[in-house]
Amino acid sequence: MATTTAIDLTSQTKPRKLALQVVHEWLTTVDHKKLGIMYIVYALIFLVIAGLMAVVMRIQLAVPHSHFVSPQVFNRLFTMHGTTMVFFVGMPILLGFGQYLVPLMIGARDMAFPRLNAFSFWISAFGGILLYFSYLGGDGLYGMGSAPDVGWFAYAPLTAKVFSPGHSTDYWTFAILLSGIGSTGTGINLMATILSMRCKGMTMNRLPLLPWLFLIVSFLILVTISPLTAAQIMLTLDRYLGAHFFDTQAGGSAILWMHFFWIFGHPEVYILVMPAFAFVNEIIPVFSRKAMFGYTAMVAATVAIGFISLSVWAHHMFTVGLGAEGNIFFVIATMTISVPTGIKIFNWIGTMWGGKIVFKVPMLFCTAFLFQFMIAGLTGIMLSAAPFTWQLGSSYFVVAHFHYVLVGAIVFALFGAFYYWYPKIIGRMLNETLGKWHFWLFVLGFHLTFDFMHVPGLLGMPRRIYTYEPGRGWEVWNLIVSVGGIIQAIATMIFVVNLIWSYYRGKVAGPDPWDAWTLEWSTSSPPPEYNFAIEPVVSSRRPLWDLKHPEDLDTDYE
Amino acid sequence: MALAIWALPALQARISARPLAALASRLSPTDMFDAAATPARLIFGNAMFVLGLTGGIFLFVGGLMLWVVVRYRSRPSDGNTEPIQIYGSNQIELSWTVIPILLVFMLFLTTARVILATESIPKPAGALDVIVIGHQFWWEYRYPSLGIVTANELHIPVSDPAHPTPVYLKMSSADTDHSYWVPRLAGKMDLIPNRVNTMWMDPETPGLYLGQCAQYCGTQHAKMLLRVYADTPADFAAWVKQEQAPSAESATLTAEQLAGKSVFEHNACMNCHTIAGTGAKGLFGPDLTHMGSRETLGSGAFTNTPENLKHWIDDPDSLKPGALMPPMHLNEKDLNAVTAYLTTLK
Repeated sequence: MATTTAIDLTSQTKPRKLALQVVHEWLTTVDHKKLGIMYIVYALIFLVIAGLMAVVMRIQLAVPHSHFVSPQVFNRLFTMHGTTMVFFVGMPILLGFGQYLVPLMIGARDMAFPRLNAFSFWISAFGGILLYFSYLGGDGLYGMGSAPDVGWFAYAPLTAKVFSPGHSTDYWTFAILLSGIGSTGTGINLMATILSMRCKGMTMNRLPLLPWLFLIVSFLILVTISPLTAAQIMLTLDRYLGAHFFDTQAGGSAILWMHFFWIFGHPEVYILVMPAFAFVNEIIPVFSRKAMFGYTAMVAATVAIGFISLSVWAHHMFTVGLGAEGNIFFVIATMTISVPTGIKIFNWIGTMWGGKIVFKVPMLFCTAFLFQFMIAGLTGIMLSAAPFTWQLGSSYFVVAHFHYVLVGAIVFALFGAFYYWYPKIIGRMLNETLGKWHFWLFVLGFHLTFDFMHVPGLLGMPRRIYTYEPGRGWEVWNLIVSVGGIIQAIATMIFVVNLIWSYYRGKVAGPDPWDAWTLEWSTSSPPPEYNFAIEPVVSSRRPLWDLKHPEDLDTDYE
Repeated sequence: MALAIWALPALQARISARPLAALASRLSPTDMFDAAATPARLIFGNAMFVLGLTGGIFLFVGGLMLWVVVRYRSRPSDGNTEPIQIYGSNQIELSWTVIPILLVFMLFLTTARVILATESIPKPAGALDVIVIGHQFWWEYRYPSLGIVTANELHIPVSDPAHPTPVYLKMSSADTDHSYWVPRLAGKMDLIPNRVNTMWMDPETPGLYLGQCAQYCGTQHAKMLLRVYADTPADFAAWVKQEQAPSAESATLTAEQLAGKSVFEHNACMNCHTIAGTGAKGLFGPDLTHMGSRETLGSGAFTNTPENLKHWIDDPDSLKPGALMPPMHLNEKDLNAVTAYLTTLK
């Protein structure tokens, strides 16, 4: 392997710091790598909390007429599980990886606005803490334990003061508001960084796909968080200042809230899934030992998804009575999005085709991602047919479909990203054996849970019910789903153990453990504060390939 | 070609295979593929078409993935050389763009046709209008043309395909959003305050069709169950006659039942419930005029027996936590009396 020139060997040993110094350093840092790590750790903590909530819900639903938890507790659980997973796990963990990787991959020393970066992190973090403080402060002086119970999309008028007295809904509103401010800040920051901080020679056409996708994610964040934020402010005006936007008792509109929420809510799915695409875009070529097939088509498809995703939101509203014309428009818009999505899947297959695929743990997760994302896409096509959704909507089929996207695609890609970049971030490899246990148990648990979850939906089981009637043919399926959930929890514990164990005992990684091609692998692991001792200069999409293969330069083909 | 595409859903509706339906009815009483009315059958056709198409894509793309993973996995014999680098191909990109566009177009046309067939067809002359109002956590039914008000158990006549008498539900909500979902009869439709939505159904076979609220509406969303009784024309006429008649006259009541009536009229019961022919005209809870003839209580949550009824009046929260009816705190004698009275309301 060729040696690279970007590593500074003069400062490899550092003096030990006092604990207080370390804490101070982390609390006041504006370094994109430290902030990225904080985003990720913060999100992992919430992942464990919201994951345990899912386990409690699955225990409740394992058998009909169960009394494990009360309906009030169950309704809070699914509200908090959904809100946490979307806003305080998905967003921070994906943006955290983005934060960490984008400057390294474009050869920059930090983000464009380091202080904005720190501000965004802390305000998002405060949002999550505020959400969970509702368990203590939800109803003011009485009613301890009253977290929000309006569902993660909080349909009006359930959020009106008359149906949601107390303050639990306000905690939800302000937590989302704060998280939105943080995401917007990060969106602006990522966009500015990618557009203006690229190293010499890195034209947009040579930009690796990960930063390309984060650029589009940032655009989506800027466009779609605004209506969400506006809706939260309108809701607060309704609740406290006598406005009547969504207050149906005074002539407001319940549908207006749905439009505001889903014009955010559907692009949000793409805000979450595009970073997953971004990870897969980096991992699949390296482990197939081939250049990305159809780079330009991949970028074009992503841009297309970004735009089309802004015009499909009302497919969440096929059952609210929009009328035939409205339904037909959103059917065609939604079906159209399957075309660029299909292009991405085919290009990934094209990349693997003719390669020498090395099935290390990151690639295992990405292969599972590919297969599961295809299935999630196909159930998505089923749901895009409005008549089918008149049956499937709000049923467990939908729950299974979006968990197939969120877990089967996003979480799998995320685990792949952990195994792939942990050596860069920490300097040590994650344990491969524990990783394989984690992978196979998670695959087993995932398929037990989410494959079988489609069935009760087809048999008429609606979502968000704390218990169900016996004799409707739902019992067996729910039991299997619950067992799978527990297996997933065990697999995730193995992952957490691996993260901690490898931090102390993992094999030292070196700068480039995967024999990869993008710039982050040209600096030491973990990278120094300034990232690169010398500003890198690139002349192709895979600068390290060019270094390692001077006889077969990428430059000749791009 | 285009004509053939438009004809597809009708074709599927015809081949909605009987054996499949027989299997389905054993799986669940709320199985959407066990269609028993036209709207559900139209959806079944659409669903089969979508399932066929996506199934085909699954086999093709999934097979491709499997082949790539097996064929191109690295082997110990590979040595250290990198494979040939391929950067893409415009022809291939074009083919996997154009073919999906054609498939999407076909799927869109067949789907649009089903949407129009369900939402944009004229209402037949023999249609029966029923007003449905969703409440936390029960259903109110009003038959304006028949002068009937009832709750939680919808009775409708079966529809003869030769002379269709479908039921048109005009739906709204008194409080939060709800959704009306009886999978064997039709797709769901939301009940939204300040808005009137319409759906229709025309079951051909008499029987009981089950379902439940499908839009989260508050604490007891789970026990807002739906029961639709499709009656033969004769049974339906008998039911209408019974509902139109007043419930038992005071003269026919026993001393205990009369005492119960007095308890009902001198407690908060009458603020929320209506019993036609008495002073009770409340609108917040279900109409109780003929509650004794209903099979279930608590919106289908449990069977209508005197024991359950007594338990319910005494402490609704223990049977259906979060139900909006308050516990009445009656003494044992009054509790027995009012239970005895309510069971006479047939």
